[in-house]
Amino acid sequence: MINKVFGKKLGMTRYFLDEGVCVPVTIVKVEPCVVIQKKTSEKDGYEAVQIGFNPIKEKQINSPLRGHLKVAGGQWFSILKEIRVDDVSQFEVGQEILPDIFQIGDKVKISGISKGRGFSGVIKRWGFSGGRKTHGSRSHRVPGSIGQNTSPGRVHKGRKLPGRMGFQRVTIKNLRILDIRPDMNILALKGSIPGSVNNVIEISKS
Amino acid sequence: MNIIENLENEQMRGDIPDFKAGDTIKVHAKIKEGDKERIQVFQGVVIRKRKGRTGATFTVRKISYGIGVERIFPLHSPTIDKVEVISRGKVRQGRLYYMRQLRGKAARIKEKRT
Repeated sequence: MINKVFGKKLGMTRYFLDEGVCVPVTIVKVEPCVVIQKKTSEKDGYEAVQIGFNPIKEKQINSPLRGHLKVAGGQWFSILKEIRVDDVSQFEVGQEILPDIFQIGDKVKISGISKGRGFSGVIKRWGFSGGRKTHGSRSHRVPGSIGQNTSPGRVHKGRKLPGRMGFQRVTIKNLRILDIRPDMNILALKGSIPGSVNNVIEISKS
Repeated sequence: MNIIENLENEQMRGDIPDFKAGDTIKVHAKIKEGDKERIQVFQGVVIRKRKGRTGATFTVRKISYGIGVERIFPLHSPTIDKVEVISRGKVRQGRLYYMRQLRGKAARIKEKRT
């Protein structure tokens, strides 16, 4: 069995629980996917299934990929991902995998690429408090001192400085599944998940 | 977006009557005490209605033993048993924050004539 599915973030809303508590939820679209290729330990050195999801039209695919995706039998996918499995022999190429491995109330692990923030300063990137805004202060959002004097005569490694922020793989553990709608291919998770709407995310059992 | 709207429509309740700021209403709120549930009635003037789909709220103000009490209810919350409209008020604003400064006779709201 697989222990991981892939989905797309659809957006956030809120749910009223029975006790009247209002909780934030993220809606994730998890569609059935198709095994495109099997990776075996003899040939590839590890066991995994390559799956395709996010269906698109045939004309949107270039011909090398079209040849690779022929095994899906008329379905075409824009995203290919691998899932490591213990025994690849229980899967068939072209087999459809249903994302029904979770139950309501399960805790899951979510991974995805976070929103890119570009080149950010230390206040946004590391939460520095910044300088005074008024009273003659000329240091508003600068990091301030980044080290000592002649000794050590260099900046310590790992110093928090401005730089590229976001667009990184982020993992959130222990998100609870509040709702599953197989008819709409939807999962509702309590809380927020990385990335913007339409971001591809990985949902695995924790 | 459509899927989320459908999910929100399932959460929204259609049994709450239509009321506006200035109306006097009775809110029957469910209150849990231990494992028992009872219904508390909160009667007062609606001083604000916030729009929003599942996030819509309204604020009811009443004077309790000489002290102004305001309570904010989520419009679609399952803890609301029912809402009764007692009277429709004639007001010019949508948000009646000025009611907080008024006491006694000045804090009356004229009833809307239909």
